[in-house]
Amino acid sequence: MEKFLLRNIDNPNSSDIKEYIKAGGYKNLSRAVGMGQDDVMEEINKSGLRGRGGAGFPTAMKWKFAKADPKFPKYLICNADEGEPGTFKDRPILEKNPHLLIEGMVISGYVLGAEFGYIYLRGEYPAARDILDAAIAQAYKDNFLGDNILGKGIKFHLSVHQGAGAYICGEETALIESIEGKKGQPRTKPPFPVNVGAWDMPTIVNNVETLSNLPLLIEIGGEAYAKIGSEECPGPKLFCVSGHVENPGVYELPMGISLKDIIYEHCGGIKDNAKLKAVIPGGISTPVLPADSIDCAMDFVAMPKAGSMLGSGAVIVMDESVCMVKVTYRALRFFEHESCGKCVPCREGTDWLRKILERIEHGKGRKGDIELLSDVAGVMYGRTFCPLGDGAAGVVLAMIKHFRNEFEEHINTKKCKY
Amino acid sequence: MFNEAVIKEIDEIRVKYPDRKSALLPALYIAQREFGWLSNEAMSCVSETLNLPEAFVRGTASFYSMFRHKEVGRHLIQLCTNVSCMILGAERLIDFLNTKYGIQKNGTSEDGRFSLVEMECIGACGTAPAMLVDTDFYEDLTEENIVGILEQYK
Ligand SMILES: Cc1cc2nc3c(=O)[nH]c(=O)nc-3n(C[C@H](O)[C@H](O)[C@H](O)COP(=O)(O)O)c2cc1C
Ligand code: FES
Repeated sequence: MEKFLLRNIDNPNSSDIKEYIKAGGYKNLSRAVGMGQDDVMEEINKSGLRGRGGAGFPTAMKWKFAKADPKFPKYLICNADEGEPGTFKDRPILEKNPHLLIEGMVISGYVLGAEFGYIYLRGEYPAARDILDAAIAQAYKDNFLGDNILGKGIKFHLSVHQGAGAYICGEETALIESIEGKKGQPRTKPPFPVNVGAWDMPTIVNNVETLSNLPLLIEIGGEAYAKIGSEECPGPKLFCVSGHVENPGVYELPMGISLKDIIYEHCGGIKDNAKLKAVIPGGISTPVLPADSIDCAMDFVAMPKAGSMLGSGAVIVMDESVCMVKVTYRALRFFEHESCGKCVPCREGTDWLRKILERIEHGKGRKGDIELLSDVAGVMYGRTFCPLGDGAAGVVLAMIKHFRNEFEEHINTKKCKY
Repeated sequence: MFNEAVIKEIDEIRVKYPDRKSALLPALYIAQREFGWLSNEAMSCVSETLNLPEAFVRGTASFYSMFRHKEVGRHLIQLCTNVSCMILGAERLIDFLNTKYGIQKNGTSEDGRFSLVEMECIGACGTAPAMLVDTDFYEDLTEENIVGILEQYK
């Protein structure tokens, strides 16, 4: 497949506006403005584009809600928090192709009638901060940002807001709280951000990759876009593959490609010809799949049927040397650390799960601990304020379902053999 | 109180947002840069400059793990130990730093040269294990190359 999101990133000056324009950049912004807001909206609708941040929400639907709200100003926020462990797919866009994102945001702002945009960038990407700031300054200079974009009186202002190391701020309402200078704790929904978001105004939050699809969508049109990848979730998708594969990295492939093909065709198979044990297909919050269940289509609709989720498209590949109890324990240390403390099932549940997993991993597991884990996770599931707690519970339940024998062995032999 | 240049810098950030509360995270970053960490004095300066209650400033500052609440060494090593890094040896690197430089996890070496913070994923999982030293990324780390890298930080 021809690359779009990762086009030109091998050019060492790819983040420079001159190079971006030379490769056809910002043409799609002019094209979009020529089409008019309603026609662009219709193309997005036809394209079937779904959000790439994890939940796969149809972009056109979200935008319609925001557009229908009569309140102004409206805000457009790009979610560049990329905190889901295993995920590094937005980073090449932010560092190597920032103008693609900026062009996508200006198009979006134009369609939505939003005149102010923010890129909520995770604190752990200091290099991207500098690159984005420089790219934004260039775009202002060339009239792709400002009060009179393309000389057509279109107004869109953009700046970077840097997070400070809190995973929960990737959740869109926590992100909004964080932009407002508060602790990043999720808000009650409804009202949804499309109606009451940042500074109580209609706010659209979209992932970096989602917004970066806009120029392509304009370039080829909604119908052609809808033909890429799977029917229910079209478009190109960035998959970031880590762990025990020969060639880890970020791959731009059609949505719906088989997980098996990603690993064996594109990433060169398992590192050092070792044997595959398990794959976490969409970032640490998504349920693990055992080696014999990876022939599944990687999209938002098919993955739940296969027992997991597409999440952020972060594929973590683990060979037979990996202890699944240890992975579960490490994941729960993460969730415990990142739980925002607002709701009891998540705050207490992640702490309990981590403690039990810690003792099992350290050879101090007790009879009945597996049941206790299932019990605690079962009580959490569906009862936490936001999906962070569900993710934590789901990880534990899936690990026990597929690798119960490893948990039992740790408890029975009072040690970790790995 | 901050000096005039810093106040001006914060004022310039303030206009990017519809209210002054929203400039708090950027202002805390600036305070951390100026003071090295968020001491009581640093947070008071922020509270005064943005005209926000101190309790609010502290509340926000305490929530985010990249805001530091104690003094750190001259260089900050932020090493990821999340799953992709863990399965490729990140924990061995933590032990190695402890033995070689005497830095405990989440502690500082005796000579004040390095502080070590264990990080959650820093978005370099494809080139794991990975770390940030101050604001520089280092990837594909091994016990051999990490020494050479740290040599550049005196
Ligand atoms: C705990 C948690 C963490 C999240 N982290 C991110 C993130 O880092 N980046 C992101 O784009 N979306 C993240 N999301 C999803 C956002 O809430 C939101 O759905 C997304 O930004 C919407 O954009 P999209 O429609 O373009 O996907 C997270 C959600 C949850 C519950
Ligand atoms: S898990 Fe270490 S960088 Fe992502």
